[in-house]
Amino acid sequence: MTLLSVKNLTVAFFGRSGTVNAIEDVSLELEPGEILGMVGESGAGKSMTGAAIIGLIEPPGRISAGEIRLEGERIDNLPPEAIRRIRGRRIGAIFQDPLTSLNPVLTVGEQLIETIRTHLKLPREAARARAIDWLRRVGIPAPEARIDTYPHQYSGGMRQRVVIALALCAEPRLVIADEPTTALDVSVQAQVIALLRQLARETGVAVILVTHDMGVIAETADRVAVMYAGRIVEVGPVAEVLRAPRHPYTSGLMASIPRIGPRPEVLPQIEGAMPRPHARPPGCAFAPRCPHRFVPCTDERPELTGTPVRSVACHLTTEVPA
Amino acid sequence: MTAPEPLLTVSGLKKTFDLSQPFLNRLLSGGGRRFVHAVDGVDFTIPRGTTLSLVGESGCGKSTVAKLLMGLSRPTAGSIRFDGHELAGTVAGEPPAVRRQMQMIFQDPYASLNPRWRVARIIAEPMKSFGTHPDPAARRREVDRLLEFVGLSAADGEKFPHEFSGGQRQRISIARAISTKPEFLVCDEPTSALDVSVQAQILNLMRSLQRELGLTYLFISHDLAVVNYISDWIGVMYLGRLVELAPADRIFAEPQHPYTRLLLETVPDISMAHRDQERPAGEVPNPITPPRGCHFHPRCPLANDRCRSEVPEFLARDGARVRCHAVEEGRIASFPMRKAG
Repeated sequence: MTLLSVKNLTVAFFGRSGTVNAIEDVSLELEPGEILGMVGESGAGKSMTGAAIIGLIEPPGRISAGEIRLEGERIDNLPPEAIRRIRGRRIGAIFQDPLTSLNPVLTVGEQLIETIRTHLKLPREAARARAIDWLRRVGIPAPEARIDTYPHQYSGGMRQRVVIALALCAEPRLVIADEPTTALDVSVQAQVIALLRQLARETGVAVILVTHDMGVIAETADRVAVMYAGRIVEVGPVAEVLRAPRHPYTSGLMASIPRIGPRPEVLPQIEGAMPRPHARPPGCAFAPRCPHRFVPCTDERPELTGTPVRSVACHLTTEVPA
Repeated sequence: MTAPEPLLTVSGLKKTFDLSQPFLNRLLSGGGRRFVHAVDGVDFTIPRGTTLSLVGESGCGKSTVAKLLMGLSRPTAGSIRFDGHELAGTVAGEPPAVRRQMQMIFQDPYASLNPRWRVARIIAEPMKSFGTHPDPAARRREVDRLLEFVGLSAADGEKFPHEFSGGQRQRISIARAISTKPEFLVCDEPTSALDVSVQAQILNLMRSLQRELGLTYLFISHDLAVVNYISDWIGVMYLGRLVELAPADRIFAEPQHPYTRLLLETVPDISMAHRDQERPAGEVPNPITPPRGCHFHPRCPLANDRCRSEVPEFLARDGARVRCHAVEEGRIASFPMRKAG
């Protein structure tokens, strides 16, 4: 059974100068145990999609269209109290900065035990044993001793491991990880990526991994959704999207990433910049920067078409039969 | 025939920050003095018209080196020779004839431009303070030329920074940096606040500027792939020391120092989907209490007693320099390198 199904989701912000859609018509599906990468530039809507799924859109923003289903049950229109029970218990979250995601005045153990007891109704002793077990699983050395220390006594990488333990200790079905490795150094980032993948495999939790780093996606995700100007422009298995991108934005993006190895004289670049939400063109939002644009692109918005596994929103792939 | 003198020669550069408690607190609590050796004896040269990149993880001292070169911070010891002048004791802006030749591009294009100034005034400021274009009309013509040179339009001079995207702001920073016709630019993570598709534009701009104006760059970054694209020479720093300095193609093809190898192995790479190899363990230690001997020994698979007690020398080795006992003793040959694919 599909774990998460998002259909035609639109998040709008209502302001004095009119309504701005942060994300538009976003649809995606996620199976249990799957890691879906969401990649895009800042402002593309990848974090907003994650926030909408977890019910963290604050006014003046709100979900103005579409629906979100978790294990078949609609969760986008629940009252705040009900969504609060889902958050943490069935959907966990990992954010970018491990220092601000932890409470500095509580020990790591107190935070873990409180989370476990809130969601799983375990007695204190059993919750503590489980907290120690989680610290061990995320690779904290000497967890029996470390459980009674404070977040500032951990290094950056170890703190992010604690955040991962906190997100997973209530045994959620889905975790939204928003730039979980961006604040970490490269050598530590690799450890955290490997840990996330290992835990997803062991526990069967599905992960939505939001990041701007294609390298992290390549090493971690099973499928990737590429976002541009509030919409998903391409979805597919990571290896396919990376090897044979079909949307001109994806291929431009892939080409412009510098790589280790023989270097080109000039790095391929996409001219211009992504339009801001209030200045999106009527047709395809990428058309002004697209080297392949033709007649329909500037007026007609391409729909995301294809199979649930691989789909692309581009007139090039729909108008011209392959 | 002797080789021309390099534009910049840095030797024995050190910067120590005193983190001690005030004297009375030390006396009462019985604590000792504490220092951070942010830059702990760094040597390199940059030949004219080339790019040297410093790479390393946060806290390795790479940005402190940039500040020392620009005179934004005073070195504790060592020498900075730029174009025949010793700059180690001087402050930013002094002496003007030399400092005019050195400019800096900062990481955050949102914080490095005055939000209340129009772009034309921002770009004209260095010309004004160094007096390179005393006539206001000539200065304005130069601003217009610079704006077009970096890919903006002359009309953009009338706008404010908030009207531009991150990539355009970084173009403004570059225009400001080259306005006094410098020979040398220090670029501290100039693309790490930018999106990938914009990063390529700025890197290409920087390379074409280098070709057209004959600029020399010190480029600071934590991104090895970016560094690979822009550099002629690469220096790898770890806890205040350079551990390896080599031509760019060499360092990627045959990294010597175990830390350089670790960095290369751990970079997430789009051609390296789902590697399931053993991850190197450990993190960068606290720079206040760095490990004795070679700073890298607690994470190094080749560390022995000598590594734990004796600081390795920065030795020349076939056109490169490496600070490692294992390399010096030839113990490193059997060390496994990354497998591609």
